[in-house]
Amino acid sequence: MAATLVETPSTRIEKTRDWTKPAAMAIPKEGYFSLKNGRYGPLYPRTPACHGFTIIAKIKPGREETIRAYGKTIETAISDMPDALATLKLHYLRWVLFDIGKDTYFMYQGIFDTDFDKYTEDAVALFKKVGVNTVFENLEGFPEDWKTNVPAFVKFVREHQRPSFLEYGEYPYETADEIKKALQLKAKFSEMLDLMQ
Amino acid sequence: MAIYSPPLPKSVGRELQQPDAARLEFDDIQHFLIHRSPALAARYEFLTFRKPAAGRAWLKAMIEKVTTAAAVRSGQLDTRWVTVALSWNGMRALGLDDQSLSSFPEEFRQGMATRAEVLGMAGASHPEHWRGGLASTDLHAIVILFARDVPERERCRVEHEKFLSECHGIEVLSSLDLEAIPPFDYAHEHFGYRDRLSQPAIEGTGDEPMPGSGPAIKAGEFVLGYPDEEGPTANGPKPEILSRNGSYLAYLMMEEHVGAFRDFLRQHGDTQDEQELVAAKLMGRWRSGAPLVLTPEKDDPKLAGDYQRTNDFDFGKMDPHGYACPLGSHIRRMNPRDTAANMNRRKMIRRGGTYGPPLPEGAPEDGRERGIAAFVGCASLVRQFEFAMNVWTNDPNFHELGNERDPICGTQDGTFDMTIPKRPIRKKIKRLPAFTTIRGGAYFFLPGIKALRYLASLT
Repeated sequence: MAATLVETPSTRIEKTRDWTKPAAMAIPKEGYFSLKNGRYGPLYPRTPACHGFTIIAKIKPGREETIRAYGKTIETAISDMPDALATLKLHYLRWVLFDIGKDTYFMYQGIFDTDFDKYTEDAVALFKKVGVNTVFENLEGFPEDWKTNVPAFVKFVREHQRPSFLEYGEYPYETADEIKKALQLKAKFSEMLDLMQ
Repeated sequence: MAIYSPPLPKSVGRELQQPDAARLEFDDIQHFLIHRSPALAARYEFLTFRKPAAGRAWLKAMIEKVTTAAAVRSGQLDTRWVTVALSWNGMRALGLDDQSLSSFPEEFRQGMATRAEVLGMAGASHPEHWRGGLASTDLHAIVILFARDVPERERCRVEHEKFLSECHGIEVLSSLDLEAIPPFDYAHEHFGYRDRLSQPAIEGTGDEPMPGSGPAIKAGEFVLGYPDEEGPTANGPKPEILSRNGSYLAYLMMEEHVGAFRDFLRQHGDTQDEQELVAAKLMGRWRSGAPLVLTPEKDDPKLAGDYQRTNDFDFGKMDPHGYACPLGSHIRRMNPRDTAANMNRRKMIRRGGTYGPPLPEGAPEDGRERGIAAFVGCASLVRQFEFAMNVWTNDPNFHELGNERDPICGTQDGTFDMTIPKRPIRKKIKRLPAFTTIRGGAYFFLPGIKALRYLASLT
């Protein structure tokens, strides 16, 4: 691995990044431009829509309502502990259930600023705290020993990850932290204007 | 990282009452990660087993020489401390069956050289440049000898050499002699930084954590077979005897480019005081060891050596923007304290020392190799050691820095920067040179005594 970034559409765009200029990126079928290994497998590139995953897995028959009930559980957990997922540097999470024929599938989509592989164990620990990975127990093929077997948990996630072939960012590459700083600055600036009245 | 170590902690013998599952079997655990030996010299020998029977015979005899944690705790006055560890290929060479071999974690089976990309070891640090057979699958075992002084090390070296000549089928791939560098009043490495200021205390050993270090860490984070920070553990290597009282070691031989380091300080500081401040900003501590968070403007050697105070700080509350201790400095990366999640799952135990002659202050670079040859001990290489290397050391975007790596031990090739937060405008050092180069490395399994006997008795 060269110490300098490998020149790919992702790094080329990122080097000249400009938040005022919306950007799109087409991604090869494998999900990456050149194979670069992280601790648990290939690393996926940062795109104009930041890092992310789309995990799609079939649910065990009859578990739909159980999974839906987690929506409320996690809403409450985050309301009680708003910074519970801070480590993941998330922008958004989306949970979706949908049917294909007689089967029901669960789609878990996240957009965030860190490479997921880097913080996998932290993510698993956080998921345990707020109950995300117990919802995974309702998915077919989820390892029963996930509590003591992080590599098996990671393998499941990677096997069910479906990489995007296109990602778009209206304000490309900006991190959640930068956006929060900008909003904070706006708030402070309004406050300053108030004080000057 | 000189070899000099303080005597045993006063706390030995005052260990907390532990429930049975957590009570450490000191007589079955090698001393290496549990207690530091008061050594001034060391020698590492890297071996290959040409014949399985010779390997087993060698191991059987060596078990009698291995120093257990119980032996150190008994307070006996030793002059040398022996540790034996094996690579995955080494256990295969001893005749361990495929089922057992496949029960070891993937990263250990692959070995450090194969994991180089994950660890960020590129350019001059890439395994293709490593020496001493460390990147080879022929690397089977390491003997780590720590000795009270150089004459004792030499006595042991000759004795082991004689024994090896009788084994018929074992070769020394390479070896490394280590000696503490003066001044000997505290442990330091070739750049002059004081070392060993922040080490985790292991629950059940009686060691008390220094103020600011948080509570003692569950033994299972370092020794297999005990509860870790998340509770009881599972999925250890098979058979069961191998998953009790062992640990994993990551070995790193890191050359320190002292001439380049001193040139850099002179380039970025006109006066001695300015140069010391630049050195402190790279590390996060003054070279004396005093932490910048507690004394940002000037050095305080007295504070450095005061174990009640020298670790008693955090980053998130006391220095959130890095005005005292830069966000990308070495100590902020290696131990982010309150600015990282699950810190208790990332702790590691460091052992090792300095090799090569010291470069006298004011002397020009002499081209001789010098550096640190150290071990990181843990229960999971992928979760602890590899995480630290991959994220804390070499992730350019650590703390949103964008284009920085650890200024001391990150893989540097002149394309990364170092930001020093400062009011009103930060200072940015562009194109940081490499002060260190990895010259070799390997993963080893540090078995318990019974596990060593099991391996020596394979047929």
